Amino acid sequence: MPVASIGQSVPRKEALAKVTGRARYVDDVVLPGMIHGVTVRSACARGRIRAIHFGDGIPWDEITVATAKDLPHNVVALINDDQPALADGVVNHPEEPVLLLAHPSRALLEKARAAVRIEVDPLPAVLTIEDALAKKAIVWGEDNVFKEYWIRKGDAAAALARGDVVVVEGEYATGAQEQLYIEPNGMIAQVDAGGAVTVWGSMQCPYYIQKALMKAFDVEAPQARVVQLETGGGFGGKEEYPSMIALHAALLARKSGKPVKIVYDRAEDMAATTKRHPSRTRHRTAVTKDGRIVALDIDFVIDGGAYSTLSQVVLSRGCIHAAGPYDVEHVRVRARAVATNAPPHGAFRGFGAPQSLFALERHMDAVALRLGLAPEELRRRNFIRHGQTLSTGQVVRDDVDLAAMLDRALAASEWHARRARFAEENARGGPVRRGMGLATFLHGTGFTGAGEKHLASIVGAEGTEDGRVRVLAASTEIGQGTNTIFAQIAADALGVGYDDVEIATPDTRDVPNSGPTVASRTCTIVGKLVEAAAASIKAQLLAGGVLAEPYDAAAFRAACARFVRERGTLRATVQYEQPRDIQWDEEAFRGDAYGAYSWAVYVAQVAVDLRTYEARVEDFWAVQEVGKVIHPVLAAGQIEGGVAQGIGWALFENVVWKDGRMANDRMTDYIVPTSVDMPPVHVVFDEMATGHIPSSGGPWKNGPAGAKGIGELPMDGPAPAIVNAIADATGVSVTRVPATPEAIFDAMEAALG
Amino acid sequence: MADRIGFRVNGQPCAPAVHPMRRLLDVLREDLALTGTKEGCGEGECGACAVLVDGQLVDSCLVPVAQVRGREVTTVEGLASGEKLAAIQQAFVEHGGAQCGICTPGMILAAKQLLDRVPRPSEAQIREALAGNICRCTGYVRIFEAVVHAMEHEPATRGARRP
Repeated sequence: MPVASIGQSVPRKEALAKVTGRARYVDDVVLPGMIHGVTVRSACARGRIRAIHFGDGIPWDEITVATAKDLPHNVVALINDDQPALADGVVNHPEEPVLLLAHPSRALLEKARAAVRIEVDPLPAVLTIEDALAKKAIVWGEDNVFKEYWIRKGDAAAALARGDVVVVEGEYATGAQEQLYIEPNGMIAQVDAGGAVTVWGSMQCPYYIQKALMKAFDVEAPQARVVQLETGGGFGGKEEYPSMIALHAALLARKSGKPVKIVYDRAEDMAATTKRHPSRTRHRTAVTKDGRIVALDIDFVIDGGAYSTLSQVVLSRGCIHAAGPYDVEHVRVRARAVATNAPPHGAFRGFGAPQSLFALERHMDAVALRLGLAPEELRRRNFIRHGQTLSTGQVVRDDVDLAAMLDRALAASEWHARRARFAEENARGGPVRRGMGLATFLHGTGFTGAGEKHLASIVGAEGTEDGRVRVLAASTEIGQGTNTIFAQIAADALGVGYDDVEIATPDTRDVPNSGPTVASRTCTIVGKLVEAAAASIKAQLLAGGVLAEPYDAAAFRAACARFVRERGTLRATVQYEQPRDIQWDEEAFRGDAYGAYSWAVYVAQVAVDLRTYEARVEDFWAVQEVGKVIHPVLAAGQIEGGVAQGIGWALFENVVWKDGRMANDRMTDYIVPTSVDMPPVHVVFDEMATGHIPSSGGPWKNGPAGAKGIGELPMDGPAPAIVNAIADATGVSVTRVPATPEAIFDAMEAALG
Repeated sequence: MADRIGFRVNGQPCAPAVHPMRRLLDVLREDLALTGTKEGCGEGECGACAVLVDGQLVDSCLVPVAQVRGREVTTVEGLASGEKLAAIQQAFVEHGGAQCGICTPGMILAAKQLLDRVPRPSEAQIREALAGNICRCTGYVRIFEAVVHAMEHEPATRGARRP
């Protein structure tokens, strides 16, 4: 048998194409006769469109112009279907698409776009969470609330009123964050003689786009084919918005009769497409004097922007993660997603959890400070353990030992020694103050609640004529390593080498719907289906009498090729079935919110320069339990990259809003970490450090080899760890991110009174 | 107004008939079909479009093609010798330096310029040399690894210190 692939850091499948420049991204593709498309957008946050003027000096008869009237159904299908593909009569946010233009010349299109004037009678707009809640104007539904969830465990109100507890209150806020994938969004659409449309582009979720095309154009699946091209990063930013661009490209292709490419420039991508939801969280915590948390009362609100899009799902994840990895008897969470007249906020790595966990983990330090306890000690006294219940009533099945993970993180970071040294150095004065901060947290694997059950994902596998096996899935490679880990998982299930497995291009014509590439689900949920499909291929070969165990890779190839040659096809299809022990009651919002959780302890060392008020992360430790690590280098890459995005969100990435529009819509003004901003990141995987996977009774049985979710986890911890370290360094509490120099200055001034 | 602009790309002479103020980026991608050079921001901030002009790293989105008349332009397509990857490309493959891949061509050229000029760079020099190239996937850690391994495997530059 070949060496097992799982656990080995094999070269990524598409590495060669990427390092030689041969990988084909959407803007690299040119179809014969292809023309370009651009979008004319609203400049106004909210209003009625009175007239659209087409200015002089433009050969309008040469330009294809499309409006809402050209669409059979003017909607971007997602959940509530409240977002139009093109504004019709009213605009609800700046940068809302109103008109589409297509022409062979991009230069002319830019002039034409500038020559369109959209006359709007403004209506009162709502631009902040507080104004939305105060109903300053009603901009969505009856009360500006897209969705409200409650979690009630025990009786938090009664516990807060007890005489023997200390009550600690706090309010925390997080800003919007731009995904800033380095490849801007783009799509190409072509319509054939029969009217069927094919869309190629940069995306995470081919079947979301197909659904949107089917709905808007009122066609069946074969008339709406979607093909993923190499995708230059997503991070959630290519989850839902690509459906919009695909509709636009397809509409222009239908109207012009030519293939149409729409590729956003950076400013358009930043200003018009989705960002991480801003949030505001209030905490009231009842804690005994010896540091046992009795009750958490949490009011969590996110700003969804102008249309509901994915906000309710972001909200549910944020709500469920709001109480963190602690054993608390009484929990009440009120969670609301509200409407404003900003462009809709959307999916971004972590999906609501980073927001609510920032508030909780910053608040934990505030509680510890009030009690005179060390922050690590307060957490240690409240960690959840096997058999205890999370806020939704879910019993923890993992034999997780957060205290041991904490000890490992404290030891690796020399926590006690460094804190003591920095305290001494800071007391001597001087312009640079140092501090240590930590965060302990969890992240649920896969879709929330009954989500995986409803998705009912399908994965296929097939033998090829040369005796290899091809995995058929709609899960996209967006840099995180889908192609590679699927090949590893399939190779081990087949008993062949990594190179004997290939991965089909996600193309809705050829691959089944394995669900969206989101929610830390690809490796674990879809990976398990890949494992099952591969196992079925092997079983068919064994049952077919062409292969007998033991066999080597050459024997497998010969058997597989023979089977395909003699019988025409060798194919397996498997579908997700919800394990019976995962039960969720959506009405009551109670039960097993996720099939599994990944767990982590992150530590940051931060220096604050009191001359410039700049905070700098000097060192970082990331200890996590994610089940089996399928590919150590890719897994570490996920953690390091997530930590970098977390550092950006914590310190630099400041979306400046002006009348509902992103004012700093360029990379000159929106600052993300560069190579000189990144500290060393010390990554520890619990499984690799201990040789043990602490899932109940053995590895998490619903993930391949015991792998749980990984991609989003590292986004949750850096911001609270860093801001806690700023407090340790300066003695001043910053309660919002990004903790820019201005924010740190303001907090220090406020502390001085 | 088109003009013939003569220069060399990856060792080969070319003379596209283009407006002298067209961006080098567009000439490479559209006129010469060298799409390995990417556009990330169009304003010289991200480095995805970085190429070497006479061995110096420049953002091709900021360079009018007239400025490379008579000069040597190196793009990512020019690094491998046939199927044999350059050491820096091989190191990116082996050490996880590429994730989504969109910054990779520019990043590899930035690393090449560094190693061509400073055979044994310190960690600070590596960080500085790559600071004009934004990567949103990796947190740069695996890219540093790849650069260190590339210098360790270049015979002329053995014995360097790892960051």
